Amino acid sequence: MKRENLLIGILLIVFYAAVFFATETGLIPPYYQVNLYLMGINIIAAVSLNLIVGFTGQLALGHAGFMAVGAYISVILTMKLGQPFLLAVLAGAAAAFLVGILIGLPTLRLKGDYLAIATLGFGEIIRRLLDNIDYVGGAAGINGIPKLTNWTWLYIFTLLTIFIIKNFVNSTHGRACISVRDNEIAAETMGINTTYYKVLAFSIGAFFVGIAGALYAHYFFLIQPATFSFMKSFDALVMVVFGGLGSITGSVIAAVAVTFMNAALINFGTLRMVIYALLLVIIMVFRPQGLMGTKELTFKRLFGGKERGGSANVNDKTSD
Amino acid sequence: MLMTKRLTKAFGGLAAVSNLDLELRHGELVGLIGPNGAGKTTVFNLLTGIYLPTEGEIILEGESIVGKKPYQITARGMARTFQNIRLFDSLSVLDNVKIASHWHSSYSLPSTLLRLRSYYQGEKQMTEKAIELLEMFNLDDKKDEQASSLPYGEQRRLEIVRALAAKPKILLLDEPAAGMNPLETKDLMALIEKIRELFDLTILLIEHDMSLVMGICERIYVLDYGKVIAHGTPEEIKNNKRVIEAYLGEGA
Repeated sequence: MKRENLLIGILLIVFYAAVFFATETGLIPPYYQVNLYLMGINIIAAVSLNLIVGFTGQLALGHAGFMAVGAYISVILTMKLGQPFLLAVLAGAAAAFLVGILIGLPTLRLKGDYLAIATLGFGEIIRRLLDNIDYVGGAAGINGIPKLTNWTWLYIFTLLTIFIIKNFVNSTHGRACISVRDNEIAAETMGINTTYYKVLAFSIGAFFVGIAGALYAHYFFLIQPATFSFMKSFDALVMVVFGGLGSITGSVIAAVAVTFMNAALINFGTLRMVIYALLLVIIMVFRPQGLMGTKELTFKRLFGGKERGGSANVNDKTSD
Repeated sequence: MLMTKRLTKAFGGLAAVSNLDLELRHGELVGLIGPNGAGKTTVFNLLTGIYLPTEGEIILEGESIVGKKPYQITARGMARTFQNIRLFDSLSVLDNVKIASHWHSSYSLPSTLLRLRSYYQGEKQMTEKAIELLEMFNLDDKKDEQASSLPYGEQRRLEIVRALAAKPKILLLDEPAAGMNPLETKDLMALIEKIRELFDLTILLIEHDMSLVMGICERIYVLDYGKVIAHGTPEEIKNNKRVIEAYLGEGA
Protein backbone atom coordinates (compact mmCIF):
# COMPACT_ATOMS: atom_id res chain seq x y z
CA MET A 1 0.00 0.00 0.00
CA LYS A 2 2.74 2.41 1.01
CA ARG A 3 4.68 1.78 -2.18
CA GLU A 4 1.58 2.23 -4.22
CA ASN A 5 0.95 5.65 -2.67
CA LEU A 6 4.51 6.67 -3.36
CA LEU A 7 4.17 5.64 -6.98
CA ILE A 8 0.91 7.56 -7.29
CA GLY A 9 2.57 10.62 -5.79
CA ILE A 10 5.42 10.41 -8.26
CA LEU A 11 3.04 9.95 -11.18
CA LEU A 12 1.00 12.96 -10.10
CA ILE A 13 4.09 15.14 -9.88
CA VAL A 14 5.43 13.90 -13.22
CA PHE A 15 2.11 14.62 -14.87
CA TYR A 16 2.00 18.07 -13.32
CA ALA A 17 5.52 18.87 -14.48
CA ALA A 18 4.94 17.49 -17.97
CA VAL A 19 1.86 19.62 -18.56
CA PHE A 20 3.52 22.63 -16.98
CA PHE A 21 6.45 22.25 -19.34
CA ALA A 22 4.20 21.67 -22.34
CA THR A 23 2.11 24.78 -21.73
CA GLU A 24 5.10 27.00 -20.99
CA THR A 25 6.93 26.00 -24.15
CA GLY A 26 3.80 26.14 -26.28
CA LEU A 27 3.75 22.40 -26.98
CA ILE A 28 0.07 22.56 -26.12
CA PRO A 29 -1.43 25.38 -28.21
CA PRO A 30 -3.71 27.88 -26.40
CA TYR A 31 -6.87 26.39 -27.89
CA TYR A 32 -6.17 23.05 -26.28
CA GLN A 33 -5.19 24.74 -23.07
CA VAL A 34 -8.73 26.06 -22.72
CA ASN A 35 -9.95 22.49 -22.75
CA LEU A 36 -7.39 21.53 -20.17
CA TYR A 37 -8.80 24.16 -17.81
CA LEU A 38 -12.36 23.15 -18.62
CA MET A 39 -11.47 19.57 -17.78
CA GLY A 40 -10.19 20.58 -14.35
CA ILE A 41 -13.24 22.71 -13.63
CA ASN A 42 -15.60 20.01 -14.88
CA ILE A 43 -13.87 17.38 -12.77
CA ILE A 44 -14.42 19.50 -9.66
CA ALA A 45 -18.06 20.15 -10.58
CA ALA A 46 -18.78 16.50 -11.36
CA VAL A 47 -17.04 15.00 -8.33
CA SER A 48 -18.72 17.46 -5.97
CA LEU A 49 -22.14 16.81 -7.51
CA ASN A 50 -21.54 13.08 -7.26
CA LEU A 51 -21.24 13.44 -3.49
CA ILE A 52 -24.77 14.86 -3.42
CA VAL A 53 -26.50 12.85 -6.15
CA GLY A 54 -24.42 9.68 -6.30
CA PHE A 55 -23.39 9.00 -2.73
CA THR A 56 -26.14 10.66 -0.71
CA GLY A 57 -28.84 9.99 -3.30
CA GLN A 58 -30.32 13.48 -3.32
CA LEU A 59 -31.22 14.58 -6.84
CA ALA A 60 -30.24 18.25 -6.65
CA LEU A 61 -30.09 20.46 -9.73
CA GLY A 62 -28.89 23.77 -8.34
CA HIS A 63 -25.18 23.19 -8.81
CA ALA A 64 -24.70 26.09 -11.25
CA GLY A 65 -26.12 28.46 -8.63
CA PHE A 66 -23.36 27.56 -6.17
CA MET A 67 -20.80 27.87 -8.92
CA ALA A 68 -22.09 31.40 -9.52
CA VAL A 69 -21.78 32.25 -5.84
CA GLY A 70 -18.15 31.07 -5.79
CA ALA A 71 -17.37 32.93 -9.01
CA TYR A 72 -18.94 36.25 -8.02
CA ILE A 73 -17.67 36.37 -4.45
CA SER A 74 -14.11 35.54 -5.52
CA VAL A 75 -14.18 38.15 -8.30
CA ILE A 76 -15.48 40.82 -5.91
CA LEU A 77 -12.59 40.00 -3.59
CA THR A 78 -9.86 40.10 -6.23
CA MET A 79 -11.17 42.95 -8.37
CA LYS A 80 -13.01 45.26 -5.99
CA LEU A 81 -11.27 44.58 -2.72
CA GLY A 82 -7.80 43.75 -3.97
CA GLN A 83 -7.42 40.54 -2.02
CA PRO A 84 -5.02 37.72 -3.00
CA PHE A 85 -6.30 34.97 -5.27
CA LEU A 86 -6.09 32.09 -2.80
CA LEU A 87 -8.11 33.99 -0.21
CA ALA A 88 -10.66 34.92 -2.87
CA VAL A 89 -11.12 31.32 -4.00
CA LEU A 90 -11.56 30.06 -0.44
CA ALA A 91 -13.97 32.89 0.40
CA GLY A 92 -16.00 32.11 -2.71
CA ALA A 93 -16.14 28.45 -1.69
CA ALA A 94 -17.06 29.33 1.90
CA ALA A 95 -19.88 31.57 0.65
CA ALA A 96 -21.17 28.75 -1.55
CA PHE A 97 -21.00 26.44 1.49
CA LEU A 98 -23.15 28.83 3.56
CA VAL A 99 -25.66 29.30 0.75
CA GLY A 100 -25.67 25.50 0.48
CA ILE A 101 -26.73 25.19 4.12
CA LEU A 102 -29.39 27.88 3.71
CA ILE A 103 -30.89 26.24 0.64
CA GLY A 104 -30.31 22.69 1.82
CA LEU A 105 -32.14 23.00 5.12
CA PRO A 106 -35.58 23.70 3.64
CA THR A 107 -35.27 21.80 0.34
CA LEU A 108 -33.71 18.54 1.54
CA ARG A 109 -36.94 17.71 3.34
CA LEU A 110 -38.21 16.95 -0.14
CA LYS A 111 -37.46 13.79 -2.04
CA GLY A 112 -36.81 12.79 -5.63
CA ASP A 113 -38.48 14.92 -8.30
CA TYR A 114 -39.70 17.46 -5.76
CA LEU A 115 -36.18 18.08 -4.53
CA ALA A 116 -34.95 18.35 -8.12
CA ILE A 117 -37.48 21.03 -8.94
CA ALA A 118 -36.96 22.98 -5.70
CA THR A 119 -33.16 23.05 -6.12
CA LEU A 120 -33.53 23.94 -9.79
CA GLY A 121 -35.68 26.86 -8.69
CA PHE A 122 -33.16 27.99 -6.11
CA GLY A 123 -30.38 27.88 -8.70
CA GLU A 124 -32.42 30.17 -10.94
CA ILE A 125 -33.20 32.51 -8.04
CA ILE A 126 -29.48 33.01 -7.45
CA ARG A 127 -29.08 33.87 -11.12
CA ARG A 128 -32.01 36.30 -11.12
CA LEU A 129 -30.67 38.00 -8.00
CA LEU A 130 -27.32 38.54 -9.73
CA ASP A 131 -29.15 39.92 -12.76
CA ASN A 132 -30.48 42.69 -10.56
CA ILE A 133 -27.47 43.64 -8.50
CA ASP A 134 -25.77 46.61 -10.15
CA TYR A 135 -22.69 46.23 -7.97
CA VAL A 136 -21.77 43.11 -9.94
CA GLY A 137 -22.84 44.52 -13.31
CA GLY A 138 -26.37 43.12 -13.49
CA ALA A 139 -27.11 41.04 -16.56
CA ALA A 140 -24.00 42.34 -18.32
CA GLY A 141 -21.85 40.72 -15.66
CA ILE A 142 -18.26 41.55 -14.86
CA ASN A 143 -15.53 41.61 -17.44
CA GLY A 144 -11.85 42.30 -17.36
CA ILE A 145 -11.29 39.72 -14.62
CA PRO A 146 -7.56 39.18 -14.15
CA LYS A 147 -6.35 35.80 -15.38
CA LEU A 148 -5.14 34.43 -12.08
CA THR A 149 -6.07 30.78 -12.57
CA ASN A 150 -2.96 29.02 -13.80
CA TRP A 151 -2.13 25.39 -14.27
CA THR A 152 -0.68 25.08 -10.78
CA TRP A 153 -3.79 26.39 -9.01
CA LEU A 154 -6.05 24.34 -11.22
CA TYR A 155 -4.08 21.19 -10.53
CA ILE A 156 -3.90 21.78 -6.80
CA PHE A 157 -7.61 22.49 -6.42
CA THR A 158 -8.66 19.58 -8.63
CA LEU A 159 -6.52 17.17 -6.63
CA LEU A 160 -7.68 18.68 -3.36
CA THR A 161 -11.33 18.22 -4.32
CA ILE A 162 -10.82 14.59 -5.23
CA PHE A 163 -8.70 13.92 -2.16
CA ILE A 164 -11.10 15.52 0.34
CA ILE A 165 -14.26 14.01 -1.15
CA LYS A 166 -12.61 10.60 -1.40
CA ASN A 167 -11.58 10.83 2.25
CA PHE A 168 -15.07 11.90 3.23
CA VAL A 169 -16.76 9.08 1.36
CA ASN A 170 -14.45 6.41 2.79
CA SER A 171 -15.28 7.16 6.41
CA THR A 172 -18.08 6.68 8.89
CA HIS A 173 -19.49 10.03 7.74
CA GLY A 174 -19.46 8.94 4.13
CA ARG A 175 -21.07 5.62 5.03
CA ALA A 176 -23.76 7.57 6.85
CA CYS A 177 -24.47 9.42 3.59
CA ILE A 178 -24.59 6.18 1.62
CA SER A 179 -26.93 4.64 4.19
CA VAL A 180 -29.29 7.57 3.63
CA ARG A 181 -29.24 6.79 -0.08
CA ASP A 182 -29.77 3.06 0.42
CA ASN A 183 -32.55 3.20 2.98
CA GLU A 184 -33.42 6.40 4.73
CA ILE A 185 -35.76 4.88 7.33
CA ALA A 186 -33.25 2.22 8.31
CA ALA A 187 -30.49 4.84 8.49
CA GLU A 188 -32.57 6.99 10.81
CA THR A 189 -33.43 4.06 13.09
CA MET A 190 -29.78 3.00 13.21
CA GLY A 191 -28.90 6.33 14.78
CA ILE A 192 -28.00 8.42 11.72
CA ASN A 193 -29.16 12.03 11.80
CA THR A 194 -30.27 11.94 8.18
CA THR A 195 -31.09 15.65 7.89
CA TYR A 196 -27.61 16.57 9.12
CA TYR A 197 -25.89 14.29 6.63
CA LYS A 198 -28.02 15.36 3.71
CA VAL A 199 -27.31 19.03 4.40
CA LEU A 200 -23.64 18.29 5.07
CA ALA A 201 -23.14 16.47 1.76
CA PHE A 202 -25.09 19.17 -0.03
CA SER A 203 -23.04 22.03 1.38
CA ILE A 204 -19.69 20.25 0.95
CA GLY A 205 -20.67 19.75 -2.69
CA ALA A 206 -21.55 23.47 -2.87
CA PHE A 207 -18.19 24.38 -1.33
CA PHE A 208 -16.19 22.59 -4.01
CA VAL A 209 -18.26 23.74 -6.96
CA GLY A 210 -17.77 27.23 -5.50
CA ILE A 211 -14.04 26.66 -6.02
CA ALA A 212 -14.78 25.58 -9.59
CA GLY A 213 -16.69 28.84 -10.10
CA ALA A 214 -13.82 30.93 -8.79
CA LEU A 215 -11.31 29.13 -11.03
CA TYR A 216 -13.65 29.54 -13.98
CA ALA A 217 -14.11 33.28 -13.42
CA HIS A 218 -10.38 33.91 -13.16
CA TYR A 219 -9.63 32.09 -16.37
CA PHE A 220 -12.35 33.18 -18.76
CA PHE A 221 -12.12 36.95 -18.25
CA LEU A 222 -15.89 37.45 -18.15
CA ILE A 223 -18.74 36.18 -15.98
CA GLN A 224 -22.42 36.84 -16.46
CA PRO A 225 -25.44 35.43 -14.67
CA ALA A 226 -26.29 33.69 -17.95
CA THR A 227 -23.03 31.73 -17.70
CA PHE A 228 -24.48 29.86 -14.73
CA SER A 229 -27.81 28.80 -16.19
CA PHE A 230 -29.32 25.46 -15.26
CA MET A 231 -27.67 24.00 -18.36
CA LYS A 232 -24.43 24.05 -16.35
CA SER A 233 -26.11 22.01 -13.63
CA PHE A 234 -27.31 19.54 -16.24
CA ASP A 235 -23.84 19.29 -17.76
CA ALA A 236 -22.48 18.28 -14.37
CA LEU A 237 -25.34 15.83 -13.86
CA VAL A 238 -24.67 14.26 -17.26
CA MET A 239 -21.05 13.68 -16.24
CA VAL A 240 -22.07 12.16 -12.90
CA VAL A 241 -24.59 9.77 -14.44
CA PHE A 242 -22.30 8.95 -17.33
CA GLY A 243 -19.40 8.19 -14.98
CA GLY A 244 -21.51 6.23 -12.52
CA LEU A 245 -23.54 7.38 -9.54
CA GLY A 246 -21.30 6.79 -6.55
CA SER A 247 -17.95 6.50 -8.33
CA ILE A 248 -15.43 9.31 -7.91
CA THR A 249 -13.10 7.98 -10.55
CA GLY A 250 -16.10 7.53 -12.83
CA SER A 251 -16.92 11.23 -12.48
CA VAL A 252 -13.33 12.16 -13.24
CA ILE A 253 -13.20 10.03 -16.36
CA ALA A 254 -16.61 11.26 -17.48
CA ALA A 255 -15.67 14.91 -16.96
CA VAL A 256 -12.56 14.42 -19.08
CA ALA A 257 -14.43 12.46 -21.73
CA VAL A 258 -17.33 14.89 -22.01
CA THR A 259 -15.01 17.90 -22.23
CA PHE A 260 -12.97 16.08 -24.83
CA MET A 261 -16.09 15.13 -26.78
CA ASN A 262 -17.31 18.72 -26.80
CA ALA A 263 -13.98 19.96 -28.05
CA ALA A 264 -13.61 17.27 -30.70
CA LEU A 265 -17.09 17.87 -32.06
CA ILE A 266 -16.67 21.60 -32.41
CA ASN A 267 -16.01 21.31 -36.16
CA PHE A 268 -19.38 19.76 -36.77
CA GLY A 269 -21.18 23.07 -36.25
CA THR A 270 -24.85 22.72 -35.43
CA LEU A 271 -24.67 18.96 -35.76
CA ARG A 272 -22.47 18.96 -32.67
CA MET A 273 -25.27 18.83 -30.13
CA VAL A 274 -27.06 16.10 -32.09
CA ILE A 275 -23.96 13.91 -32.15
CA TYR A 276 -23.24 14.66 -28.50
CA ALA A 277 -26.77 13.71 -27.49
CA LEU A 278 -26.66 10.57 -29.61
CA LEU A 279 -23.39 9.48 -28.04
CA LEU A 280 -24.89 9.93 -24.58
CA VAL A 281 -27.98 7.95 -25.53
CA ILE A 282 -25.85 5.14 -26.91
CA ILE A 283 -23.69 5.06 -23.79
CA MET A 284 -26.74 4.98 -21.54
CA VAL A 285 -28.35 2.20 -23.55
CA PHE A 286 -25.28 0.00 -23.31
CA ARG A 287 -24.13 1.00 -19.83
CA PRO A 288 -27.11 2.27 -17.87
CA GLN A 289 -25.14 2.11 -14.62
CA GLY A 290 -22.58 4.52 -16.07
CA LEU A 291 -18.98 3.82 -16.98
CA MET A 292 -17.93 2.67 -13.53
CA GLY A 293 -21.19 1.90 -11.75
CA THR A 294 -20.44 2.35 -8.07
CA LYS A 295 -16.94 0.88 -8.46
CA GLU A 296 -13.70 2.81 -8.39
CA LEU A 297 -10.83 2.58 -10.79
CA THR A 298 -8.03 1.17 -8.72
CA PHE A 299 -4.32 1.05 -9.23
CA LYS A 300 -4.43 -2.57 -10.29
CA ARG A 301 -7.14 -1.99 -12.84
CA LEU A 302 -5.25 0.97 -14.18
CA PHE A 303 -2.31 -1.22 -14.99
CA GLY A 304 -4.52 -3.94 -16.40
CA GLY A 305 -6.20 -1.60 -18.85
CA LYS A 306 -5.01 1.47 -20.67
CA GLU A 307 -6.03 4.87 -19.39
CA ARG A 308 -4.57 7.92 -21.01
CA GLY A 309 -3.97 11.31 -19.52
CA GLY A 310 -3.31 12.66 -16.09
CA SER A 311 -6.84 12.43 -14.90
CA ALA A 312 -6.41 8.70 -14.82
CA ASN A 313 -3.42 9.12 -12.58
CA VAL A 314 -5.54 11.24 -10.32
CA ASN A 315 -7.91 8.32 -10.10
CA ASP A 316 -5.32 6.23 -8.34
CA LYS A 317 -5.96 8.29 -5.28
CA THR A 318 -8.89 6.04 -4.61
CA SER A 319 -6.91 2.87 -4.66
CA ASP A 320 -5.51 2.82 -1.16
CA MET B 1 -38.15 0.38 31.57
CA LEU B 2 -40.43 1.12 28.63
CA MET B 3 -44.03 2.11 29.10
CA THR B 4 -46.78 3.43 26.90
CA LYS B 5 -49.85 5.19 28.24
CA ARG B 6 -53.05 5.34 26.21
CA LEU B 7 -50.94 5.35 23.05
CA THR B 8 -53.07 6.09 19.99
CA LYS B 9 -52.31 6.47 16.31
CA ALA B 10 -55.04 7.36 13.87
CA PHE B 11 -54.67 7.46 10.10
CA GLY B 12 -57.56 9.66 9.05
CA GLY B 13 -60.58 8.11 10.71
CA LEU B 14 -58.96 4.74 11.27
CA ALA B 15 -57.33 4.12 14.61
CA ALA B 16 -54.48 1.73 13.81
CA VAL B 17 -53.55 1.66 17.47
CA SER B 18 -55.82 2.88 20.20
CA ASN B 19 -55.30 3.36 23.93
CA LEU B 20 -52.40 0.98 24.10
CA ASP B 21 -50.92 0.42 27.55
CA LEU B 22 -47.75 -1.57 27.25
CA GLU B 23 -45.06 -2.22 29.78
CA LEU B 24 -41.62 -3.74 29.41
CA ARG B 25 -39.58 -4.49 32.51
CA HIS B 26 -35.83 -4.81 32.50
CA GLY B 27 -34.61 -8.09 31.05
CA GLU B 28 -37.98 -9.32 29.92
CA LEU B 29 -38.80 -11.03 26.67
CA VAL B 30 -42.28 -9.97 25.64
CA GLY B 31 -44.27 -11.00 22.60
CA LEU B 32 -46.69 -8.88 20.62
CA ILE B 33 -49.06 -10.98 18.54
CA GLY B 34 -52.27 -10.52 16.65
CA PRO B 35 -53.92 -11.18 13.28
CA ASN B 36 -52.76 -9.42 10.13
CA GLY B 37 -53.48 -5.71 10.19
CA ALA B 38 -53.88 -5.61 13.96
CA GLY B 39 -51.45 -2.71 14.27
CA LYS B 40 -48.35 -4.49 15.55
CA THR B 41 -45.86 -2.88 13.21
CA THR B 42 -47.53 0.48 13.81
CA VAL B 43 -46.70 0.04 17.49
CA PHE B 44 -43.04 -0.48 16.55
CA ASN B 45 -43.08 2.58 14.32
CA LEU B 46 -44.51 4.62 17.18
CA LEU B 47 -41.97 3.35 19.68
CA THR B 48 -39.02 4.08 17.39
CA GLY B 49 -40.24 7.54 16.43
CA ILE B 50 -41.03 6.87 12.78
CA TYR B 51 -44.66 7.81 13.46
CA LEU B 52 -45.78 10.56 15.76
CA PRO B 53 -48.56 9.35 18.06
CA THR B 54 -51.95 11.04 17.78
CA GLU B 55 -52.32 10.79 21.53
CA GLY B 56 -50.67 9.20 24.53
CA GLU B 57 -47.23 8.87 26.03
CA ILE B 58 -44.17 6.71 25.48
CA ILE B 59 -41.86 6.64 28.47
CA LEU B 60 -38.36 5.22 28.20
CA GLU B 61 -36.48 4.96 31.49
CA GLY B 62 -38.62 7.61 33.11
CA GLU B 63 -38.48 10.10 30.25
CA SER B 64 -40.99 10.80 27.53
CA ILE B 65 -39.68 10.14 24.03
CA VAL B 66 -42.71 11.36 22.12
CA GLY B 67 -41.66 13.77 19.38
CA LYS B 68 -38.05 12.63 19.42
CA LYS B 69 -36.48 11.73 16.09
CA PRO B 70 -35.70 8.05 15.43
CA TYR B 71 -31.94 8.63 15.65
CA GLN B 72 -32.37 10.31 19.04
CA ILE B 73 -34.41 7.38 20.29
CA THR B 74 -31.71 4.98 19.05
CA ALA B 75 -29.19 6.95 21.09
CA ARG B 76 -31.38 6.40 24.15
CA GLY B 77 -31.05 2.68 23.76
CA MET B 78 -33.66 1.33 21.39
CA ALA B 79 -32.90 -0.60 18.21
CA ARG B 80 -35.07 -2.60 15.88
CA THR B 81 -35.29 -4.87 12.88
CA PHE B 82 -37.85 -4.64 10.10
CA GLN B 83 -40.55 -6.97 8.89
CA ASN B 84 -39.57 -6.32 5.28
CA ILE B 85 -35.79 -6.41 5.54
CA ARG B 86 -34.19 -2.98 5.27
CA LEU B 87 -30.47 -3.42 4.89
CA PHE B 88 -28.12 -0.97 3.21
CA ASP B 89 -28.04 -3.01 0.04
CA SER B 90 -25.11 -1.48 -1.78
CA LEU B 91 -22.80 -1.66 1.23
CA SER B 92 -20.81 -4.63 2.44
CA VAL B 93 -21.98 -6.77 5.35
CA LEU B 94 -19.25 -5.23 7.49
CA ASP B 95 -20.19 -1.64 6.61
CA ASN B 96 -23.83 -2.35 7.42
CA VAL B 97 -22.82 -3.22 10.95
CA LYS B 98 -20.37 -0.34 11.22
CA ILE B 99 -23.06 2.21 10.38
CA ALA B 100 -25.03 1.23 13.45
CA SER B 101 -22.03 2.06 15.62
CA HIS B 102 -21.77 5.52 14.08
CA TRP B 103 -23.78 7.28 16.76
CA HIS B 104 -21.60 6.08 19.65
CA SER B 105 -18.19 5.57 18.03
CA SER B 106 -17.92 8.29 15.41
CA TYR B 107 -14.79 10.39 15.02
CA SER B 108 -14.58 14.01 13.98
CA LEU B 109 -15.02 15.38 10.48
CA PRO B 110 -11.63 17.17 10.33
CA SER B 111 -9.79 13.99 11.26
CA THR B 112 -11.75 12.23 8.51
CA LEU B 113 -10.83 14.75 5.81
CA LEU B 114 -7.19 15.05 6.83
CA ARG B 115 -6.76 11.40 7.78
CA LEU B 116 -5.49 12.14 11.27
CA ARG B 117 -4.62 9.43 13.73
CA SER B 118 -8.06 9.44 15.35
CA TYR B 119 -9.53 8.47 11.98
CA TYR B 120 -7.44 5.32 11.79
CA GLN B 121 -8.06 4.49 15.44
CA GLY B 122 -11.79 5.06 15.09
CA GLU B 123 -12.03 2.94 11.95
CA LYS B 124 -9.99 0.16 13.52
CA GLN B 125 -12.15 0.11 16.61
CA MET B 126 -15.39 0.11 14.62
CA THR B 127 -14.15 -2.69 12.38
CA GLU B 128 -12.99 -4.84 15.30
CA LYS B 129 -16.27 -4.44 17.17
CA ALA B 130 -18.25 -5.19 14.03
CA ILE B 131 -16.25 -8.32 13.25
CA GLU B 132 -16.63 -9.48 16.82
CA LEU B 133 -20.39 -9.25 16.46
CA LEU B 134 -20.37 -10.91 13.04
CA GLU B 135 -18.35 -13.79 14.45
CA MET B 136 -20.98 -14.45 17.08
CA PHE B 137 -23.55 -14.86 14.35
CA ASN B 138 -21.31 -16.79 11.96
CA LEU B 139 -21.37 -14.05 9.40
CA ASP B 140 -17.74 -12.99 9.64
CA ASP B 141 -16.64 -14.98 6.62
CA LYS B 142 -19.11 -12.98 4.53
CA LYS B 143 -18.08 -9.58 5.80
CA ASP B 144 -16.93 -8.28 2.42
CA GLU B 145 -19.95 -9.44 0.49
CA GLN B 146 -22.60 -7.00 -0.58
CA ALA B 147 -25.52 -7.13 1.85
CA SER B 148 -28.10 -7.65 -0.88
CA SER B 149 -26.28 -10.74 -2.14
CA LEU B 150 -26.80 -12.69 1.10
CA PRO B 151 -29.43 -15.40 1.23
CA TYR B 152 -32.67 -14.44 2.93
CA GLY B 153 -32.02 -16.08 6.29
CA GLU B 154 -28.62 -14.48 6.59
CA GLN B 155 -30.05 -11.08 5.71
CA ARG B 156 -32.43 -11.49 8.64
CA ARG B 157 -29.54 -12.41 10.91
CA LEU B 158 -27.50 -9.47 9.64
CA GLU B 159 -30.34 -7.14 10.55
CA ILE B 160 -30.20 -8.43 14.11
CA VAL B 161 -26.42 -7.99 14.21
CA ARG B 162 -26.79 -4.46 12.90
CA ALA B 163 -29.39 -3.63 15.54
CA LEU B 164 -27.08 -5.00 18.24
CA ALA B 165 -24.21 -2.84 16.99
CA ALA B 166 -26.31 0.18 17.91
CA LYS B 167 -25.83 -0.87 21.57
CA PRO B 168 -29.49 -1.08 22.50
CA LYS B 169 -30.98 -1.72 25.91
CA ILE B 170 -34.27 -2.59 24.30
CA LEU B 171 -34.40 -4.60 21.10
CA LEU B 172 -37.52 -4.65 18.95
CA LEU B 173 -37.75 -7.60 16.57
CA ASP B 174 -40.39 -7.40 13.84
CA GLU B 175 -41.21 -10.93 12.71
CA PRO B 176 -37.69 -12.32 12.89
CA ALA B 177 -38.84 -15.80 11.87
CA ALA B 178 -40.82 -14.71 8.81
CA GLY B 179 -40.00 -16.97 5.89
CA MET B 180 -37.99 -19.43 7.95
CA ASN B 181 -38.57 -23.17 8.11
CA PRO B 182 -39.20 -24.88 11.49
CA LEU B 183 -35.55 -25.83 11.90
CA GLU B 184 -34.33 -22.30 11.24
CA THR B 185 -36.97 -20.98 13.60
CA LYS B 186 -35.65 -23.26 16.30
CA ASP B 187 -32.12 -21.97 15.78
CA LEU B 188 -33.46 -18.46 15.90
CA MET B 189 -35.15 -19.10 19.25
CA ALA B 190 -31.89 -20.25 20.73
CA LEU B 191 -30.17 -17.22 19.25
CA ILE B 192 -32.64 -14.76 20.74
CA GLU B 193 -32.29 -16.33 24.16
CA LYS B 194 -28.54 -16.20 23.83
CA ILE B 195 -28.31 -12.54 22.87
CA ARG B 196 -30.72 -11.56 25.61
CA GLU B 197 -28.37 -12.92 28.23
CA LEU B 198 -25.16 -11.90 26.53
CA PHE B 199 -26.17 -8.30 25.91
CA ASP B 200 -28.41 -7.84 28.95
CA LEU B 201 -31.32 -6.95 26.70
CA THR B 202 -35.00 -6.35 27.06
CA ILE B 203 -36.75 -7.70 23.98
CA LEU B 204 -40.12 -6.99 22.43
CA LEU B 205 -40.96 -9.27 19.57
CA ILE B 206 -43.66 -9.41 16.94
CA GLU B 207 -44.22 -12.86 15.59
CA HIS B 208 -46.71 -15.02 13.76
CA ASP B 209 -44.95 -18.26 14.48
CA MET B 210 -46.77 -19.43 17.60
CA SER B 211 -44.22 -22.09 18.49
CA LEU B 212 -41.60 -19.37 18.74
CA VAL B 213 -43.74 -16.94 20.70
CA MET B 214 -45.09 -19.51 23.10
CA GLY B 215 -41.68 -21.10 23.44
CA ILE B 216 -39.61 -18.14 24.55
CA CYS B 217 -41.81 -15.21 25.57
CA GLU B 218 -42.49 -14.62 29.24
CA ARG B 219 -45.46 -12.38 28.63
CA ILE B 220 -47.60 -11.80 25.60
CA TYR B 221 -49.80 -8.96 24.45
CA VAL B 222 -52.47 -9.79 21.91
CA LEU B 223 -53.55 -7.00 19.61
CA ASP B 224 -56.65 -6.91 17.44
CA TYR B 225 -57.94 -3.90 15.54
CA GLY B 226 -55.43 -1.73 17.36
CA LYS B 227 -56.58 -2.72 20.85
CA VAL B 228 -55.09 -5.05 23.40
CA ILE B 229 -57.59 -7.89 23.73
CA ALA B 230 -55.52 -10.05 26.04
CA HIS B 231 -52.31 -10.01 27.96
CA GLY B 232 -50.61 -12.58 30.14
CA THR B 233 -48.32 -15.59 30.20
CA PRO B 234 -48.24 -17.97 27.22
CA GLU B 235 -50.43 -20.45 29.17
CA GLU B 236 -53.07 -17.83 29.86
CA ILE B 237 -53.06 -16.63 26.25
CA LYS B 238 -53.43 -20.13 24.85
CA ASN B 239 -56.68 -20.62 26.72
CA ASN B 240 -58.06 -17.12 26.30
CA LYS B 241 -61.40 -17.20 24.55
CA ARG B 242 -61.11 -13.77 22.94
CA VAL B 243 -57.75 -14.64 21.46
CA ILE B 244 -59.08 -17.81 19.91
CA GLU B 245 -62.00 -15.87 18.50
CA ALA B 246 -59.75 -13.20 17.05
CA TYR B 247 -57.60 -15.77 15.32
CA LEU B 248 -60.15 -18.32 14.24
CA GLY B 249 -63.37 -16.34 14.14
CA GLU B 250 -66.39 -16.62 16.39
CA GLY B 251 -67.90 -20.01 17.05
CA ALA B 252 -64.61 -21.78 16.58
